Amino acid sequence: MEQFLPIFFVAVMGLSLLLYVILDGFDLGVGILLPLASDSEKDTMIASIGPFWDANETWIVLGVGILLIAFPKAHGIVLTALYIPVTLMLFGLILRGVAFDFRVKAGDRRKQLWNRAFFVGSLIASTSQGWMLGAYITGLQRNATSHTFAALIAFSLPALYVMLGAGWLLIKTEGLLFDKAVRWARFALPVMGLALVLVSIATPFVSHDIADRWFSLPSAIGLIPIPVSCFIAFLILHFVLRKPDVLRAGYHWVVFTAITLICLMAALGLAYSIYPYIIIGRMDLFEAAAATNSLQFVFYGVVVTLPVILLYSAFVFRVFRGKATTLSYE
Amino acid sequence: MDLDPFVLARIQFAANISFHILFPSITIGLAWVLLYFRLRFTLSKDQAWEYAYYFWVKIFALTFAIGVVSGLTMSFQFGTNWPGFMERAGNIAGPLLGYEVLTAFFLEASFLGIMLFGKSRVSNRMHLIATAIVAIGTSISGFWILALNSWMQTPAGFIIEDGVFFAQDWTQIIFNPSFPYRFLHMMTACFITSAFLIAGVSAWRTRSGVDGPATRMVLKTGVIMAAVLTPLQIVIGDLHGLNTLEHQPAKIAAMEAIWETERGASFTLIGLPDEEARKTHFAIKIPYAASLILTHSAEGEVKGLNEFEGAHPPVAMVFWSFRVMLGMGALMLLVSWWAAFQFIRGRDITRALLLVLSAMTFAGWVATLAGWYVTEVGRQPWIVYGLLSSADVVADHSSATLTNTLLGYIGLYLFLLVSYIQALRYLASKPAQSLILLHTSDGQATTVGPN
Repeated sequence: MEQFLPIFFVAVMGLSLLLYVILDGFDLGVGILLPLASDSEKDTMIASIGPFWDANETWIVLGVGILLIAFPKAHGIVLTALYIPVTLMLFGLILRGVAFDFRVKAGDRRKQLWNRAFFVGSLIASTSQGWMLGAYITGLQRNATSHTFAALIAFSLPALYVMLGAGWLLIKTEGLLFDKAVRWARFALPVMGLALVLVSIATPFVSHDIADRWFSLPSAIGLIPIPVSCFIAFLILHFVLRKPDVLRAGYHWVVFTAITLICLMAALGLAYSIYPYIIIGRMDLFEAAAATNSLQFVFYGVVVTLPVILLYSAFVFRVFRGKATTLSYE
Repeated sequence: MDLDPFVLARIQFAANISFHILFPSITIGLAWVLLYFRLRFTLSKDQAWEYAYYFWVKIFALTFAIGVVSGLTMSFQFGTNWPGFMERAGNIAGPLLGYEVLTAFFLEASFLGIMLFGKSRVSNRMHLIATAIVAIGTSISGFWILALNSWMQTPAGFIIEDGVFFAQDWTQIIFNPSFPYRFLHMMTACFITSAFLIAGVSAWRTRSGVDGPATRMVLKTGVIMAAVLTPLQIVIGDLHGLNTLEHQPAKIAAMEAIWETERGASFTLIGLPDEEARKTHFAIKIPYAASLILTHSAEGEVKGLNEFEGAHPPVAMVFWSFRVMLGMGALMLLVSWWAAFQFIRGRDITRALLLVLSAMTFAGWVATLAGWYVTEVGRQPWIVYGLLSSADVVADHSSATLTNTLLGYIGLYLFLLVSYIQALRYLASKPAQSLILLHTSDGQATTVGPN
């Protein structure tokens, strides 16, 4: 149990954060794209994420929650080191979370103001999350290399979110907005691709631990599927986005799925790079783990509730399947 | 002024948690009220209940959203501001917070979507179930967070090894000595807060002449809820006080500004507690009342602050917060009974009383915050009572960092609070859908109420 529980919890934490990136990623991405749309399209875009954003955001609460529950020693160190970007991210998430409701409830005069708040909040939150990820990969160091790398990811993550957002809009919208979403995705794809390549090249340079793992045989061979499937997903995106007719003919889900695949591969790669560390180069997950009996108490809870949560989340997505119409309380 | 990072970290956490609690204190009660509206509609088919539901579900959604995002801030601030707390007490606090996320947050957030936007996509029964699940979820959330807070006030079921807390008995941890009182006291506070909110907004609508049949029903619901729950809350509060005297006598001493241990202690109605001089200036006292309230015996002994010198909370803040809470409670009792009496006699509520009710729309906020200040400031200097001091677990951020983020938070929160109240006003000022519908369907206006 002492060996198993920390691994179990780090896996659940990883799953939560991956789900967060994919799920809140699409609604943050829609937020970043908002200023590019006309007023009525804005309403449709918001409607397409309306029933989901709240539950989507809960995945980061679970992710951070597990860091706190299972690895309390690391939780303090990570969040203290990331104090500024965390605070900025929270400001962003607060702004966009409330803008969502205020834009339709504060009167028409203020709608523009709240649309802007929704955009700004989404952008700040995405950028800060990128910074946090970058700082985390470089072991929370405070030096120039680390900051440059964090800045690089801070600019890349919003591009990924924009791709997810556009992919989501392809599933949920039709007509002019659909065409616009294709254009946005086509524009964001090379930015995301470039960022992905840069990050992949830069990561081994900023962390020797990671470099050793990726470039030593024979393990390197086992890792080949990760870059290969990313490349294939990228090619699919590249071709499918130039053929809106194919997308319109029932393959609108391909874009979102391909980016999800990229996210999954990136997460697996990252997990492989970091394990068994919880703070790279400083603390492994067994050192950071909470007391076994505390972990056990939560373990039962997770085993029972997590499948139920996944089940009813799927149910909600099913209830709101299909193209989004304007949001109403009816 | 020398700004101590420890004080700044506390102010920042206090600002966040004070802002946050405003919204759950509405949604926890309002969720059940909405379920009630929804059930009344399903059972009676009276459309007014459905209008009431749709009017209030919008306000619920807005309130819930602010509660979610400000709660998110809290979950991060445990780590950013008090990393030592999680390192030392994480074995206990972590699982309780974890269960809150697993059993409440996802439940609320997922079914809220169906509750708000799913009416036409699911059956009436499923929509009712979703509404009920959201209500249950908000209360479960309250259960876990109050279990944790109560444990920090009256810790039980643990052992300490090398300064780190380890869980020994989870039943004792969750159902620690002050939990039942604190949980009931807070839940009732939430219901009273939402009762005054719905009564206040409805009164305001009635006064402005934008009401319909639904408005009167909601007003009545709010008034009756408040009239029943306020006296109940006073009883629960009294029992909670007895429990606090047993486990946290220093807090009680500060609440009552009693300096020397005495029998037959008098209750200080108002006065200016002075920690330097260790006395209360200009005190107006009621003889024996403190002993009577706290021990239910006129000659009961109440421990004085001087027994805890150097380890008791700041007196004036606790003393005054307690009086604000009591004063607000008395006012709520008076107003809710006055209004309920009018309803019972079958009269319409007078314009003067409508004005009073709308002025008290946020009365629950004032009382709830004051109550939390009593219990939280009253717990100082401890974060886990008697075992772990707040100063030992603070993060070492610089004053400048903390000042800047604090100013940022305060600015943002003030802006949000103003926007929230403006949005409420805007929603409340829109003519009732029900009224418009009645106009168009019957060809004539059917207004109910004093107008």
